Amino acid sequence: MSQGPVLELRGIDKSFGPVQVLHDVAFSVYPGEVTALVGDNGAGKSTLVKCIGGIHPIDAGEYFFEGEKVQVNGPRDAAALGVEIVYQDLALCDNLDIVQNMFLGRERTSGLVLDEAMMEEMAAKTLAGLSVRTVKSLRQQVSSLSGGQRQTVAIAKAVLWNSKVVILDEPTAALGVAQTAQVLELVRRLADNGLAVVLISHNMNDVFAVSDRIAALYLGRMAAQVRTSDVTHSQVVELITSGRSGELGLRNGNGAAS
Amino acid sequence: MTTETLPERSTSESAIGVHVKGYVERVRGGELGALPAVFGLVVLCVVFSVLRPAFLSPVNFANLFTQGAAVTVIAMGLIFVLLLGEIDLSAGFASGVCAAVLAVLLTNEGWPWYAAVGASMLTGAIIGTVLGTLVAKLGIPSFVVTLAAFLAFQGVLLLLVKGGTNISIRDETILAIANNNVPPVVSWVAVIAGVAAYAAIQFVKARRRSARGLVADPLILIIFRVAALAVIAGVAVYVLNLERSRNELIVSLKGVPIVVPVIVVLLLVWTFVLHRTRYGRHVYAVGGNAEASRRAGINVDGIRISAFVICSFMASIGGIIAASRANSVDPNTGGSDVLLFAVGAAVIGGTSLFGGKGRALDAVLGGAVVAVIQNGMGLMGYSAGVKYVVTGSVLLLAAGVDALSRKRAAATGRR
Ligand SMILES: Nc1ncnc2c1ncn2[C@@H]1O[C@H](COP(=O)(O)OP(=O)(O)O)[C@@H](O)[C@H]1O
Ligand SMILES: [Mg+2]
Repeated sequence: MSQGPVLELRGIDKSFGPVQVLHDVAFSVYPGEVTALVGDNGAGKSTLVKCIGGIHPIDAGEYFFEGEKVQVNGPRDAAALGVEIVYQDLALCDNLDIVQNMFLGRERTSGLVLDEAMMEEMAAKTLAGLSVRTVKSLRQQVSSLSGGQRQTVAIAKAVLWNSKVVILDEPTAALGVAQTAQVLELVRRLADNGLAVVLISHNMNDVFAVSDRIAALYLGRMAAQVRTSDVTHSQVVELITSGRSGELGLRNGNGAAS
Repeated sequence: MTTETLPERSTSESAIGVHVKGYVERVRGGELGALPAVFGLVVLCVVFSVLRPAFLSPVNFANLFTQGAAVTVIAMGLIFVLLLGEIDLSAGFASGVCAAVLAVLLTNEGWPWYAAVGASMLTGAIIGTVLGTLVAKLGIPSFVVTLAAFLAFQGVLLLLVKGGTNISIRDETILAIANNNVPPVVSWVAVIAGVAAYAAIQFVKARRRSARGLVADPLILIIFRVAALAVIAGVAVYVLNLERSRNELIVSLKGVPIVVPVIVVLLLVWTFVLHRTRYGRHVYAVGGNAEASRRAGINVDGIRISAFVICSFMASIGGIIAASRANSVDPNTGGSDVLLFAVGAAVIGGTSLFGGKGRALDAVLGGAVVAVIQNGMGLMGYSAGVKYVVTGSVLLLAAGVDALSRKRAAATGRR
């Protein structure tokens, strides 16, 4: 685990009109690790993720990918780098089946015609690679799936493209206990397969169960980025609620992280 | 929710049973598909042929096709707009305007038929581009844009035909579309070739899928489908090839009306586009979840505009067919009931008004239901008033079935 970060942000600012949502945020993501991104509601987690995904342009700051400085101007640019995001609202089409959703916008064709057989085969391989065995048929409409299964499809869609970084925005927020466990297991497996995974979650138990590192946002500032093994539950809760905990965190709200 | 494992990829004898079971499950879950339209069609045909045996005569059978053709074609275009959850209330009068363009160029300007048809279709495409751009780029609700267009096109049609006069059509080729028939031999060759091609496509697809280790349709299901197509097409062509003339010594009247192959070709083209191309997939995606489509990099505005273009383009073809059938164009071409029948045809056929669900075939099935109601009630001697009330009720019934099946789907976790 002595590898450098695959994705690194420095000094990110982001405002929506007069409201500055992100202040000088630094954030690093490492291959083979789960980085938990935590913070109170409105701290700016989803906004940070959308900046990474190219949905929102950043106002200032630098974006490094595999050590190179890059420019991300849209979702396509992020996807081209190998950065995939599973959004909070999943963004699946209910009226399409699993395979169709996994390839949405990136359909494989032979000539003019959709290559359904190849897409189905690739989708089946991806799901098998993730040890997903909970769907009846790949040709079943997404509308007929449970919450956990939909989350699984959204995650599988993200890893289908040999992606290097997968970011999950609150994947377990709407799930029951059993399905949460399944999704967390899947998250861990992604990292064990060598991907860099970012997990946004409110649940401290989930965070401590699967993450290697924790990054805490407080009012749009990065309070601290630490190894999970170096901190306790209560320290993380303090970082989330007040932006500091003993030696860790922001100093007097002047924005400088320790 | 069940958590069963992936299906075993065996080709067990129960493969057909699995398909039947899957179908029954889907219907129970609210995915009715073509079921209501086919059921309605059968019931209506039985009722009318019992009450009025003339309903079953070859003449009347041929009439059904020419009567329903224009509405069916317009409905096929409307389905693209409905798939996006939008509506085009102007499609009827757009077809009237395009028909008037055709008539003016043919009769008043003396253009050759192909140039006039081209200009008419181009008019349709331009109308669609304008409507689609107003909806997609300016964000005006399609209901309002097309309601305004409905009124405006009615006026344009009046202006084109100069007040109340009608423009008659004398061009042989245009008149042939709705009035002449395909020679019987040609229609038989086409049926045989069509069924053979369908069988080949189904078979090759199943072979390819099983070669990749994917679940393929069992052979018996393919044979059943091919046989069903062969029987339906065979019976229809056989009946249409019967002599329909009252006195065949004076003039022989038999064969498949030319509008039938026109509709079949349009059906094949749009079915291919919707189900086999990336564009068609994106139409469904935008209709299902526009935001997800945008994030997937799909040009949502482009898809919106194109749906309106296809709708108005198909309306122009519907207008040409209507002009051919009436031998003329007047201020009412494409007016009164045409739009409502077209929307009715699509919805009765199984296209959802909520977007995301529909097929080109729905227009044909629903168009058949609408044509049968009109034709059968005409034979029974009912007035236009009664016909309107009944057709309106059927449309409401179909929309009710659509809404209820959606609720059912939600209740069974399918939506
Ligand atoms: N598109 C937007 N326009 C304006 N304000 C926004 C927008 N998106 C988010 N915000 C604001 O940015 C802040 C951070 O939101 P968000 O990133 O969603 O927080 P989190 O995901 O951590 O709960 C909130 O105050 C929110 O109101
Ligand atoms: Mg959020």
